[in-house]
Amino acid sequence: MARSTISFLRRGKRVDVSDIDPKTTLLDWLRLSERSTGTKEGCAEGDCGACTVVLAREREGRLVYDAVNACILLLGQVDGSEVITIEDLATDEGLHPIQEAMVLHHGSQCGFCTPGIVMSLLALSHAKHTTLDRNTVNDALAGNLCRCTGYKPIIAAALESCASPKADQFDARESATLAALAQFRANEDMFMGSNESFFAAPGSEASLAFLMKTHPDATILAGATDIGLWITKGLQDLPKLIWLGRIRSLAAIEETETTLTVGAAVTHQQALPRISALDPDFAELGRRFGSTQVRMSGTVVGNIANGSPIGDWPPAFIVMGATLELREGFASRTLPLEDFFIAYRKQDRTREEYLRRITIPKPKRNDHIRLFKISKRRDEDISAVMGAFRITVDDGLITDARIAFGGMAGIPQRARHAEQAIIGQSIKDIATWRAGAEAIERDFQPLSDHRASAEYRMRVARNLVIKALAEIAGVPSTTTRLVAHREVHHAAE
Amino acid sequence: MPQNDGGDASIESLRHVHKALPHDSARRHVSGSALYIDDVPEPEGVLHIAVGGSPVARGRIVSLDVADVRAASGVVAVLTASDIPGKNDVSPAFGDDPMFAEEHVQFVGQALFAVVATSRDAARRALRLVRTVIDEETPSITVEDALERNETVLPDYGFGRGDTEATISSSPIRLNGQFRVGGQEHFYLEGQVALAIPGEGDEMLVHSSTQHPTEVQHVVARVLGIPDAFVTCEVRRMGGGFGGKESQASQWAAIAALAARVTGKPCKLRLDRDDDMMMTGKRHDFRVDWQVGADSTGRILGLDMMLLARCGYSADLSQGVVDRAMFHADNSYFIPAARIASRRLKTNTVSNTAFRGFGGPQGMLAMERVIEAVATATGRDPLDIRKSNFYRFDGKHTPFGMEVEDFQTLHGIIDQLERSSDYRARRAEIDAFNNDSPLIRKGIALTPVKFGISFTLTQMNQAGALVHVYSDGSIHLNHGGTEMGQGLFQKVAQIVAEEFGVSLNRIRITATSTGKVPNSSPTAASSGSDLNGMAALNAAREIKNRIIAFLVESRGVSSDLIRFVDDHVVVGNDRLTFSEVARAAHQARIHLSQAGFYKTPKVAWDRANAKGRPFYYFSYGAACSEVSVDTLTGEMKVERVDIVHDVGRSLNPAIDIGQIEGAFVQGMGWLTTEELVYDSKGRLRTHAPSTYKIPVASDIPAAFNVALFDGQNQEDTVYRSKAVGEPPLMHGISVFAAILNAISSLKPGADVPLDAPATPEQILKAVQALGGGGGF
Repeated sequence: MARSTISFLRRGKRVDVSDIDPKTTLLDWLRLSERSTGTKEGCAEGDCGACTVVLAREREGRLVYDAVNACILLLGQVDGSEVITIEDLATDEGLHPIQEAMVLHHGSQCGFCTPGIVMSLLALSHAKHTTLDRNTVNDALAGNLCRCTGYKPIIAAALESCASPKADQFDARESATLAALAQFRANEDMFMGSNESFFAAPGSEASLAFLMKTHPDATILAGATDIGLWITKGLQDLPKLIWLGRIRSLAAIEETETTLTVGAAVTHQQALPRISALDPDFAELGRRFGSTQVRMSGTVVGNIANGSPIGDWPPAFIVMGATLELREGFASRTLPLEDFFIAYRKQDRTREEYLRRITIPKPKRNDHIRLFKISKRRDEDISAVMGAFRITVDDGLITDARIAFGGMAGIPQRARHAEQAIIGQSIKDIATWRAGAEAIERDFQPLSDHRASAEYRMRVARNLVIKALAEIAGVPSTTTRLVAHREVHHAAE
Repeated sequence: MPQNDGGDASIESLRHVHKALPHDSARRHVSGSALYIDDVPEPEGVLHIAVGGSPVARGRIVSLDVADVRAASGVVAVLTASDIPGKNDVSPAFGDDPMFAEEHVQFVGQALFAVVATSRDAARRALRLVRTVIDEETPSITVEDALERNETVLPDYGFGRGDTEATISSSPIRLNGQFRVGGQEHFYLEGQVALAIPGEGDEMLVHSSTQHPTEVQHVVARVLGIPDAFVTCEVRRMGGGFGGKESQASQWAAIAALAARVTGKPCKLRLDRDDDMMMTGKRHDFRVDWQVGADSTGRILGLDMMLLARCGYSADLSQGVVDRAMFHADNSYFIPAARIASRRLKTNTVSNTAFRGFGGPQGMLAMERVIEAVATATGRDPLDIRKSNFYRFDGKHTPFGMEVEDFQTLHGIIDQLERSSDYRARRAEIDAFNNDSPLIRKGIALTPVKFGISFTLTQMNQAGALVHVYSDGSIHLNHGGTEMGQGLFQKVAQIVAEEFGVSLNRIRITATSTGKVPNSSPTAASSGSDLNGMAALNAAREIKNRIIAFLVESRGVSSDLIRFVDDHVVVGNDRLTFSEVARAAHQARIHLSQAGFYKTPKVAWDRANAKGRPFYYFSYGAACSEVSVDTLTGEMKVERVDIVHDVGRSLNPAIDIGQIEGAFVQGMGWLTTEELVYDSKGRLRTHAPSTYKIPVASDIPAAFNVALFDGQNQEDTVYRSKAVGEPPLMHGISVFAAILNAISSLKPGADVPLDAPATPEQILKAVQALGGGGGF
């Protein structure tokens, strides 16, 4: 028997919600139902962070604190978590140390972004960094826009209050919280609503298969970092929602000597340590993926299922030769990731199928990986052009090449002319780089939009070929890049 | 009345003024308990409003069918122009902004109607059921479109002196160019919002997130067709304003008030972010056509500048905005012969409006672009070109005739910054680096700011305040200024606490209300503390003088033996608590309430004849920025920023430094990542933070040094402080100039065709124009 309420913890107490529109966002529930107005709506699309709250969730026996955007998170997605908001930080003893530091450093001006910033910092402090550097703070705040302060006092407050923090009230009652969360049994199905309108969180793939068969018109939801906008901006009705977040078998990350497999419910944040280990450029791409809040809600597989031509993962995984497992009921099929994308917003997936997991081969010896994301703003932006390269070099000759781009066509797509132009050529020969760059012109006919013109996209795509091959040939990345120098990364290891 | 006596106390004796105290709401901000309009507990029966906008940029309305909207679930009322009992006009001055479009539409998103429903969601969903037929016409979108149609929103205007044409044509160095500078979305984190609560009869209370409560009051009264006195507008705080809520909060407040009038219920209107970005104006973008003549050393002899402003569909504040661009086209430089002209072009886009700097930044940037061109032509360091053109003993007059009296403040700032930033040594290092770096190029620039302080419309330079001392010794503080995060309320409270010699917690800061202080000017033009600080000081001083007179009479002590300090009043040898004194004064029937008033002295600008003194004084500052540019992709990184800025004697150094840092970052965003993209149909394509990119934490350099210049206002402002809100925004120009400098290294001597904002695409385009961008 499925549980018929969305159930979570608030201030240590269980809250059960039924009789609510299944597409209600957490933010609307907080502001309109609970009337907790400390959490703000700044954009209702997960870009400004004013609505940031923290979800305390059990992972492998421990409590983790994830900062998420409440504006595009559906209430059902907090099922089984504790929801912590800005109102919960101050105690009878006074402000939380993060709040005190924000006051001390003059970290608020108009104050509207401030609750969200404090909540992002709460998640940062609970990540328990023993040392905290400026870059880590920048990453924690990349999803929080502040228009007043210029961030400097906020960063100072973060560095002071979030490094080696003393235990706070949440730490003090961690075991009690874990015990309370245990009442939401892992394998239990949740189904709130009616057969016409519901939010369902199946506890197993078997339940998922049953639900999908019964409701082929339902929308499958993982992180909702895009679907949330269909609701808040597109005003879509989406009466039937099936959330994958409670299915343990989809939350698995599996690793062999040669492959990494990421399940459909794995968030970017959970997968990043493993993905980052593939190559320093994967670490940098992951660091720049969305924002902390987006990485803590959104899923790796969701970024693929979404089918966007400008998703950041697909070009990178295509060059690695990744494969997808799709499942309908209990039957699976696999296909190469690059074949999944058919045309603009059209993928090789039936309504009855869901993306179960992705398997990414690890780089082999002599494989050189380069990933370049080009955007107007370095952090928390969508790519104008995303270039991915896996170049195999033996004895100075390019023996294999896989090049893929995002933002250059209606789908993430291989640059086969460029690949062919350089295979068999000397990596050190500037003529090889130029040949690859010129061949790009035959691979793509990009469009102009608000992110970039067609001319710019083409020029950058050409130049990224040169940059990638020059670096692989041995030109130090300290002389080819502004940030994310590979030498520094290696030195730090 | 002690009109201009705000700086008489010695600094050492001050308890509150000049202290780096936190924002009055800081603890509420961090706790989530600071209430913004959407957070205030809703009155019983509140209804919610959504606004329907035009889908096309220009055309004739054939029909607007709202029958299905009216029938939709939850809908209580649908409002169109025909429901307006008063005037269909929400404009600040020129009568050309209808609340709801009638007959014609003039930009995409222009309000056509509003839905009032039981929930915000119901209202937004119902909007989509409208059936609109519009006979579409070809819109004007660009400067060039408007020039071709020769359509303007206001008459052309210019000023200058000398024979510019002859001077330039006889100059050893003659240069000309065309430069484009983009607009800017305010992106206040709290969007436009208003809550209207109907009262008895025609009374209306409007809570509005506005920088200009008086104008909201007037507009609401005008739309409802009732006297101003029936309308009260109140605002405790805004979640950011930046100019975007100076004139353009009125429309949403007026729609809410009309809805409240029609339904008899409290009505709330909060714009969705995307609607806010499409329906409200932005910083004006400009095309600037310029010619300059200079001697062989780069000293400018003559300048001809035409400022072509894209105003959007209506005048709004464009008269003042473009005037201020003209007033700052000299920046800090003496120009012997100058012709500064402007056109206010009409386009079928949202009406551009005030934005921190109010046109000044665009004019100033254009001049800095000219300076860079002169530097390139002479081969001299741009800083040396700047220095040799600064206002000086034998060159004090601006192109509009006002004298720059304290130019030595600027010279002092530049000297200090040149040393503290280590400009010369870094310049040499950067040159050496660039010689050895084919792909990554560095640049550095040190740019000045001189910014005129006062509303250029002289009548606006006035303010009121209201101070009550209650008989328990607590103090109620109110003034016409609004709090948008800039710390105005805190600064004014410090001034009043100082005057009464009481601790700050005795002072209750209260929401701005047209019912308490009438006829207020907007909180704008950086004037908030200058005006309201002085008005509140005057009010407090009057009450204090009455208390002193009472004590002199009742205690037989001479007034020079009475001091207000540390929550006490020292009366000869006695020391009474402030509360005791307040109670005694009340019992003795002393009036303990006072309205204060202040008007800025000296200012008088005769626009028609381009004569007079538009500004009380100038604020100064300078910034030095270093950047790196990737010549393969156009990506850019700001490596280091040093700023020295003049706030006179700071009323609150922490708040002032916060203003400087925040303004710099906002200015940097304007000139780098923030790009407004309109398509050929006039649709804004960058209408959300997903596509419109303001700076984030990682855009701020790790080395970001801000220092206050040690000086004081030569004019008699409150405690000799200077305005701070807008001037530091223009320090962002140093980043743009540094980018120019980095690109310039690819081909010394060639002018760099870089327009603003310097997005990666613009940078790569300029790199390619100089023959770079191809790699090795």
